[in-house]
Amino acid sequence: MYKVRMVRREHNSMWVEVIVPIMSIILAVAFGWLFLSWSGHDAAATYMRMLNGAIGSKYNLSETVVKAIPLMLAGLAVSLAFRMKLWNIGGEGQLYMGAFAASGIALACGDMSAWLLLPLMLLAGFAAGAIWGGIPGVLRAYWQVNETITTLMLNYVAIFWVSYLVFGPWKDPASMGFPLSARFSLNAYLPVLGTTRVHLGLIIAIIIAVLFYIILNYTRWGYEIRVSGESQEAARYAGINVTRNIILVMLISGGIAGVTGMIEVSGITHRLQQGISPGYGYTGIIVAWLARLNPFAIILVAFLFGALLVGGFGIQTMGISYSIVLILQGAVLFFLLAGEFFRKYRIVLTKGD
Amino acid sequence: MKREPLIEMNNISKSFPGVLANHNISFRVYPGEIHALLGENGAGKSTLMSILAGLYRPDSGQIKVRGRQVQFRSPRYALESGIGMIYQHFRLVNNFTVAENIVLGAKRRGIINRQEGMEGKVQELSERFGLGVDPAARISNLSLGEQQRVEILKMLYRGCDVLIMDEPTTVLTPREVQDLFKVLRFMADEGRAVVLITHKLHEVMEIADYVTVLRKGEVAGSDRIENLHESDLTHMMVAREIEYGQVNRNTAPGPAVLEIKGLQVRGDLGYLAVKDATLDIRSGEIVSIAGVAGNGQRELVEALAGLRTPAKGSIRMKGRDITDYDIRKRLELGLNMVPEDRLGMGLVPNISVMDNSILRSYYRPEFSRGPFLNYSRIRKYARSLVENYNIYLSDINYPVNFLSGGNLQKLLLGRELDKRPQVIIASYPVRGLDVAAAEAVFQLLLRERDKGTAILLVLEDLDDIFRLSDRVAVMYDGEIRAVLDADTADLNTIGALMLGAAPTGA
Repeated sequence: MYKVRMVRREHNSMWVEVIVPIMSIILAVAFGWLFLSWSGHDAAATYMRMLNGAIGSKYNLSETVVKAIPLMLAGLAVSLAFRMKLWNIGGEGQLYMGAFAASGIALACGDMSAWLLLPLMLLAGFAAGAIWGGIPGVLRAYWQVNETITTLMLNYVAIFWVSYLVFGPWKDPASMGFPLSARFSLNAYLPVLGTTRVHLGLIIAIIIAVLFYIILNYTRWGYEIRVSGESQEAARYAGINVTRNIILVMLISGGIAGVTGMIEVSGITHRLQQGISPGYGYTGIIVAWLARLNPFAIILVAFLFGALLVGGFGIQTMGISYSIVLILQGAVLFFLLAGEFFRKYRIVLTKGD
Repeated sequence: MKREPLIEMNNISKSFPGVLANHNISFRVYPGEIHALLGENGAGKSTLMSILAGLYRPDSGQIKVRGRQVQFRSPRYALESGIGMIYQHFRLVNNFTVAENIVLGAKRRGIINRQEGMEGKVQELSERFGLGVDPAARISNLSLGEQQRVEILKMLYRGCDVLIMDEPTTVLTPREVQDLFKVLRFMADEGRAVVLITHKLHEVMEIADYVTVLRKGEVAGSDRIENLHESDLTHMMVAREIEYGQVNRNTAPGPAVLEIKGLQVRGDLGYLAVKDATLDIRSGEIVSIAGVAGNGQRELVEALAGLRTPAKGSIRMKGRDITDYDIRKRLELGLNMVPEDRLGMGLVPNISVMDNSILRSYYRPEFSRGPFLNYSRIRKYARSLVENYNIYLSDINYPVNFLSGGNLQKLLLGRELDKRPQVIIASYPVRGLDVAAAEAVFQLLLRERDKGTAILLVLEDLDDIFRLSDRVAVMYDGEIRAVLDADTADLNTIGALMLGAAPTGA
């Protein structure tokens, strides 16, 4: 008789960190395979189509990157707050506010040169997101108001604010009743790579990831964040100004979510519209956790999520229902999260007596 | 007398990466027995008992309960066999009542929690064992001693006949200790068994029937208490006689470095926890605060360190009024503090030893390069701390959580002493440490005093107070009642003052 035991891992090797997610994805595909076969679909063809849809051609690959960019930024945004155990789940609202502010600039100063207009929009997007993250930050820092609730509530305010604008004052008279703002002038378009839709946002995301990595691991301020995140008592004892850092982190976290909104309007939609984000702010939370808050891992995980999204569109064109697409995507998520267990524990087979 | 043991652990081994925590340990507990499990920190006591309570599983060896072999997959299985453990940190829900806590997690039929009868049964148990706990009281309103009695009640309610208690007296006042011992004796007389994990010799001599001593993961000896003397136990624990250093007092302290005048400090709940504290600490002397825990010591220390703003009064350091200085400004002046909460306040859990070594100096120019931390300097510094203060560890890049209690304290104390302080304030510097580690801490403090540092200690053990201090300040109900010379004061006077007697000749 063999017995199965779970043993807590004390220290993880690189090997475990790499092999576990890969195994998770293989298992997810195996599960999806069984499911597709059972439901009368051609599993091999479906997966090929999914893979093909995600990375099969230059165009498809670029579309995957397009979807991954906002996820990278949103993931990075919330990851900073999570480092300090500040549960900023308001990435979505901060994104909308960033999109709103950037659009405001683009619509008001359309004839400004792109060299001036784009940085201005970036700044406005950052500032608006920062305010939206900063309000819960101040409430939390001075009056211990739970930031989970305030950030969440502010999401609705921001989303409805944008809806109000595109249905009302900012609605394009030429939109034939659709809730859209006027199209931006070309000066407000983010530069793109060749003929694809991949825009400058990718570079911005990578720069932010590198900055985060350096700040967190090598600077005094990053040290303060790490200490405060582990123990506020220790931070106080170290003479760290926790109040100031809570506000600062929420400002930056919100600001980067705001930048996400800016790059979406400036790089993709080129106008403010309803539903500018299909939940990037929320998906960013999952991305950040799956990446264990590691900035570079966030880039990779966001890419994987982008591939899942775009690959999903691919198989819909095969006549497979959207529900099945969701199940296949869900399976990947589920197995990845389940894989977390194996990162923390190992299974040992022992000979029973 | 041949009785069947209630618990029989045979050849238990358990290793953690890098440590053999238990090696071939055999351990028996008979009904009606109070069994003390004695040993230094890291001797393997907690591991062994966690195995018995189902928290860990042994790598090898067998456990028998009433002669029947068992395998505990989780604490629930152990509980079903009648084995319950009470940890140092209580597992109670603060906003629940006593009765709710007791029933919580216990087996019950049906989905609906039958409230009626629950309180009655708890009341009955409480009375039978003389625990005096009100089943309707909320946990958050209870003292630590009362909470401990709730934990005991919880175990009794679940039908435990082997109760394991991990260092139960740490949180108790002397009076509460006596009450606890009475309850434990009563339980033993009923045919149950109690295992006490401890490292306080006098408690073992007072209450235990049988002692097992562990040393470095192995049984160093075990016998009935009648056959043993305190010095035998010490010897088994450390395998050498402890040389109690000569009591050496400083007869010629320097000028007052820290002057506290009429200090009042509010506690967490807003009441005045420190009502009147006036005290001078002079260069080259150790002043200890004696008092039952909870009489304002914590708030006083935090106010001195700069973690709590005083409501009234003044603090002066070397003539300068520092009452409004924040903690870092005080630190820069040379006022250092070693907090009671080692892993959580004094050291940051889950970050490396190296990062912890600069917790209170990371902002200084010597560890910086512009906005960056200078990690080559920091690494060197951390290594020097580890070497100078004899800290045992495998890698300074590992999280501090891997260190034992003694090494944690050496790292913390070393880091603070290394700043060449003028004033050191240390709360419970030897709490939870074994004899050898405590001795090392004492030596560090005495050496620091001889360098001319002014030292304020909050200690719980009167023996330690007499050994170490030059003067003793007795704190009761938020007031410093008296400051006595350690040489001329006697134990009874201090004990009486601690319990609220009016100081004579005042």
